[in-house]
Amino acid sequence: MSLRVLVAKVGLDGHDRGIKVVARLLRDAGMEVVYTGLFQTPESVASAAIQEDVNVVGLSMLSGAHMTLAPLVVEALRSRGSDIPVVLGGIVPPRDIEELRALGVAAVFGPGSGADEIVATITGIVSLPS
Amino acid sequence: MTEESAQERWRRLYDAAPLRSGEFATMSGIPLAPAYGADDAEYPGVYPYTRGVHASMYRTKLWTMRMFAGFGTATDTNARFREIIRSGGTGLSTAFDMPTLMGLDSDEPMSLGEVGRCGVAIDTLADVRDLFAGIDLANITTSMTINSPAAVMLAMFVAQAEESGVDRALLGGTLQNDILKEYQAQKEFVFPPRQSMRLVRDTITFTAGEMPKWNSISVSGYHIREAGSTAAEELAFTLANGFAYVELAVQGGLSVDEVAPRLSFFFNAHIDFFEEIAKYRAARRIWAKWMKDHYGARDERSWQLRFHTQTAGVSLTAQQPEINIARTAIEALAGVLGGTQSLHTNSMDEALALPSEKAARIALRTQQIIAHETNVTNVADPLGGSWFVESLTDEMEREAEALFAHISKMGEGSMLEGCVRGIEENWFQGRIADSAYELERSFNSGDRIVVGVNAFLEGNDDNELATLQITNEDERKQLARLDQVRHDRDDEQVKHALDRLRREAQDPDVNLMPALIDAAKTYATVGEMMSTLADVFGRYVEVPSL
Repeated sequence: MSLRVLVAKVGLDGHDRGIKVVARLLRDAGMEVVYTGLFQTPESVASAAIQEDVNVVGLSMLSGAHMTLAPLVVEALRSRGSDIPVVLGGIVPPRDIEELRALGVAAVFGPGSGADEIVATITGIVSLPS
Repeated sequence: MTEESAQERWRRLYDAAPLRSGEFATMSGIPLAPAYGADDAEYPGVYPYTRGVHASMYRTKLWTMRMFAGFGTATDTNARFREIIRSGGTGLSTAFDMPTLMGLDSDEPMSLGEVGRCGVAIDTLADVRDLFAGIDLANITTSMTINSPAAVMLAMFVAQAEESGVDRALLGGTLQNDILKEYQAQKEFVFPPRQSMRLVRDTITFTAGEMPKWNSISVSGYHIREAGSTAAEELAFTLANGFAYVELAVQGGLSVDEVAPRLSFFFNAHIDFFEEIAKYRAARRIWAKWMKDHYGARDERSWQLRFHTQTAGVSLTAQQPEINIARTAIEALAGVLGGTQSLHTNSMDEALALPSEKAARIALRTQQIIAHETNVTNVADPLGGSWFVESLTDEMEREAEALFAHISKMGEGSMLEGCVRGIEENWFQGRIADSAYELERSFNSGDRIVVGVNAFLEGNDDNELATLQITNEDERKQLARLDQVRHDRDDEQVKHALDRLRREAQDPDVNLMPALIDAAKTYATVGEMMSTLADVFGRYVEVPSL
């Protein structure tokens, strides 16, 4: 069975080039991709992820709000009893990565991350026993 | 009497132009002509302006080194503006934060984490006052990069100037105010397209009547390209949007010659050097022809496409960030050889964070090297006449014309209608996403090399740059400031001003600028004015598509 991924834009950041390109690359790799559109809240992403029964949530953030918003998405999922892993891509300074991991973000993809790396990482995260 | 040739006309215009002091010669002393070409060639400053809008180009005036800046509170950004001016920057360009761009106040729940992050937070007139404190707005032009709330920000700018005793007629600057490309590419929109266009019309007609030194729209291809379009799509979509605004202004009662000279353009300078130069040359030629032949403009200034350039943010890498200085220098040179009127150079750290002060200074220094050391400023359109560049320019024009034909067909002959329908039907968005995907595949397959990303990786593990950190402290400061303003103002006055705005918004024939200016003066917030308008106009939700 193919992996299901929800790709999401949280907050006010309208940069959607990255999320659309990555969504298509994930589809090329055989994954099913759901996209709920711009300007979502952490709560709406968590609800959609659970409702769509996805294996992983992929956030795309380029406005610098990742330290605030990415952990809120993790929290929103966990408070609903879901252990769906959350990964993040975008403009993320290297110094933020460790803290994001500590706050429950399973993987961070900085600029220049290739399709193979993203697909392999997501596949690896999902196949881990939870 | 025989008709004056392009060469003769150029020569006459050149001879009449004031020149910068200094010698126009190579480093070794070989004297240089102001432009080169055959007797029957096109020449700078002469229709259709392929070779530049001015006969003397940079011999009269260098491009404006307009650095885009904004972060944190208005006070933080004011300090960066002053640093730019001290370092020799000759123009300012304001970057607003996401809440401001989306017409939200800093204390809205959706603003959480975004306040002052990727631009300056502006809530009320008090912030605008802090933003420009101590800056001589009479001698430095200001560009405000804002779109959906552009009319609100213009109102605040006018209100601030008038409070400090400056007549609105004396204000010089540019409002980006290009809402079409927001739906197509950048995606910072509030109202539906047709309602947004009413606000654009109001700003065009208001500034045409009352602010003679103001450029009402900066028609922007930059974001279209950053979102993933090809160079030809950037060119065509941008000019099509420009045609749409001209048609909009004409519908609003202005003549073509009242609106066209006040539109400026904004293009990307990507890494494919000659393609970019050909794009700028084609842009000038297409605009001149369309304004003259299609729209019947008679004023030469209507035919002349003036543009700002920014180097390509998307071409920069997080890996080995110092090498971005080289990319930016090459891109900036393309903008200059292409005849730009102003230029922003990106900082090396922009794939990581907002620029640090040092990185921003190096980016400005890059422009100064091109301007003062390379000698490329002595000859206008130095690549004109190159078989390669002329042929590429023609090809760009052909590709753009094919796209115009499609847009015009979508609009049944109207570019305005074609642009709006193309947005409503997701045509622009789909084309841009397709092009972005194709490009990304060529990176992933290794067909296209990006140094430090898919080749030449040694050095990728070097210590990271010191980047600018925006703390939550800025957000707290801004919230406290907004609280204070709300406490100090007269709520009755605010309510009265917003009621008038709501009433006038319901009548599409009323120009909303006077009501917005009066509301700004009561310290109504950006969010209050925008949500009042949204009550009447509705809010736009993009249908998600991949």
